[in-house]
Amino acid sequence: MAREDLKALRALIARHKLNDTLFAVLGLAATMIGVIVLLVLFFDLLRDGLPRLGYDFFMSFPSRRASEAGILSAWVGTILVMIVTAVSAIPLGVAAALYLEEYAPRNWLTDLIEINVTNLAGVPSIVYGLLALGLFVYTLDFGQSILSAGLTLALLILPVIIVATREALRAVPVAIREAAYALGATRWQMVSEHLVPYSMGGILTGIIIGLARAIGETAPIITIGALTFIAFLPPVPFSGDPPAGPFDWLFAPFTVLPIQMFNWMSRPQAAFLENAAATGIVIIVATLVMNGFAIWLRYRVRKNIKW
Amino acid sequence: MADPIPASHRLSPKRLRLVKERVIELLLFLAAFSAVAVTFAIVVILLRESAAFFAHVPLREFLTDTEWTPLFENPRYGILPLVAGTLTVTAVALVVAVPVGFVVALYLSEFASHRVREVIKPFLELLAGVPTVVYGYFALMAVTPFLQRFIPDLQGFNMLGPGIVIGIMIIPYVSSVSEDAMRAVPMHLREGSYAMGATRLQTALRVILPAAMSGVVAAFILGISRAVGETMVVAVAAGQQPNFTFDPREPAATITAYIVQVAMGDLPHGSIGYQSIFAAGLVLVVLTLGFNILGHLLRKRFRETY
Repeated sequence: MAREDLKALRALIARHKLNDTLFAVLGLAATMIGVIVLLVLFFDLLRDGLPRLGYDFFMSFPSRRASEAGILSAWVGTILVMIVTAVSAIPLGVAAALYLEEYAPRNWLTDLIEINVTNLAGVPSIVYGLLALGLFVYTLDFGQSILSAGLTLALLILPVIIVATREALRAVPVAIREAAYALGATRWQMVSEHLVPYSMGGILTGIIIGLARAIGETAPIITIGALTFIAFLPPVPFSGDPPAGPFDWLFAPFTVLPIQMFNWMSRPQAAFLENAAATGIVIIVATLVMNGFAIWLRYRVRKNIKW
Repeated sequence: MADPIPASHRLSPKRLRLVKERVIELLLFLAAFSAVAVTFAIVVILLRESAAFFAHVPLREFLTDTEWTPLFENPRYGILPLVAGTLTVTAVALVVAVPVGFVVALYLSEFASHRVREVIKPFLELLAGVPTVVYGYFALMAVTPFLQRFIPDLQGFNMLGPGIVIGIMIIPYVSSVSEDAMRAVPMHLREGSYAMGATRLQTALRVILPAAMSGVVAAFILGISRAVGETMVVAVAAGQQPNFTFDPREPAATITAYIVQVAMGDLPHGSIGYQSIFAAGLVLVVLTLGFNILGHLLRKRFRETY
């Protein structure tokens, strides 16, 4: 009798252990789905688009003939839009995070701000496009310009930068703050000379991830009405006749890489799909490199800091 | 002996410093307050243009009509086809993302060794960083042709392919938020369970999961919000024809795809077509807000505190 029980018990244990192993295998397989998809996606793009990637592709304007079309206006547009985004989102985001972490009193106003930051992170990106269309393009009259696009993306990545900066600030021990105060530093001296430099790695990580997201973002920029066929570059300051003003480029019509890709994808000819794939490679390499750098940076920061 | 420095002079640098501190604090506050301003601006803009839209279109027609053809000769303004498309794509995405995301989170939190986790998590993060327009290419050129081998009558544009791709896309969001919740479960609960002779799987499913339920639910809701608001994948690969159906094999437009489609064409500012995208955007915001509130309530309902 007892022997029977023991046998049943052993069988039970063996079964549960088997279940354990099976789940571990299943888990690893499920996790691998992501990695495999990433690889398949990348090779799919490479196969279709790599033959098109050459000097001419980068240095030509879009064209009706697929074999002559290039992404010159698109990558220049992307870089210019990113400059506007970075210049507006970084100071605003870091300042907001500094306020919320170091200055904000506990009251309803702070709660309101916190709730809004959390909510904004969850607002679909195309809604930012609608906001920009109504606000920047028509109410403030910036037009369908680089300035409108850059500001739109800045609002979009603001929550990303705020959240990352706050996390970085929170990682600095209270003792540092107390030490600075004990030496007679004012709050701003403490923040600007100690907190910000010490959490720079974390802040930078957040900024890079935010900008990487902005580079690939398509929907809000389509919504504000970026053109898809741009065969000229924005005016270089002080060039041309009459000379362009230093900020004329801000108000120039533009296109960006993801929109160029979307445009080529919606054409029926297979040749344009190759162009789309080649553009996709450029976008994906840019975002992967930026994200990879951010991940590496965060890893390094974590490893190096021992308070 | 020289005169002592007058008190007022002595104080002035201190006062100056105080003023500077105040000004800086004010500036930082304004930056933080911009979050509130942005939300406010979104609400105002959406309501303003939608109000103009609803001056032309009765709310009843908007909510009950089953045709959405605002740009046609005889326009019909029923939002239902767009909502149906959005919900169908979201449902397909969830069928993919919920089980996979759940298993991934449980695996990474309870089974994977430290080293495996350190290698895999960055890959998942990279997956989350791939731009959506590239996923759209993937849905159109790889996933749909692949599916057509098994479902021969699947059309070139359909909701199944984009739905699956969106599902894959939101796996990292779902898994990382649920994993955080699972790892936040205190160690002594695990140890108690192991001490009772439970295996890892039993511990994971019967101890960790119930304890982390609120976070897991929040992760799924976050996934739903992402899927509802996803634009480019659908705009590229689902066709852009409003179609009142819940059959994922058919082409259809979602709310977001419609907005993109209208924005691509050059619509005059102030026309009814222009206003219609704001009305559609308002519905989108209400939908995601609804899911977020639902998530918040479920979270509270399942919350365990230690």
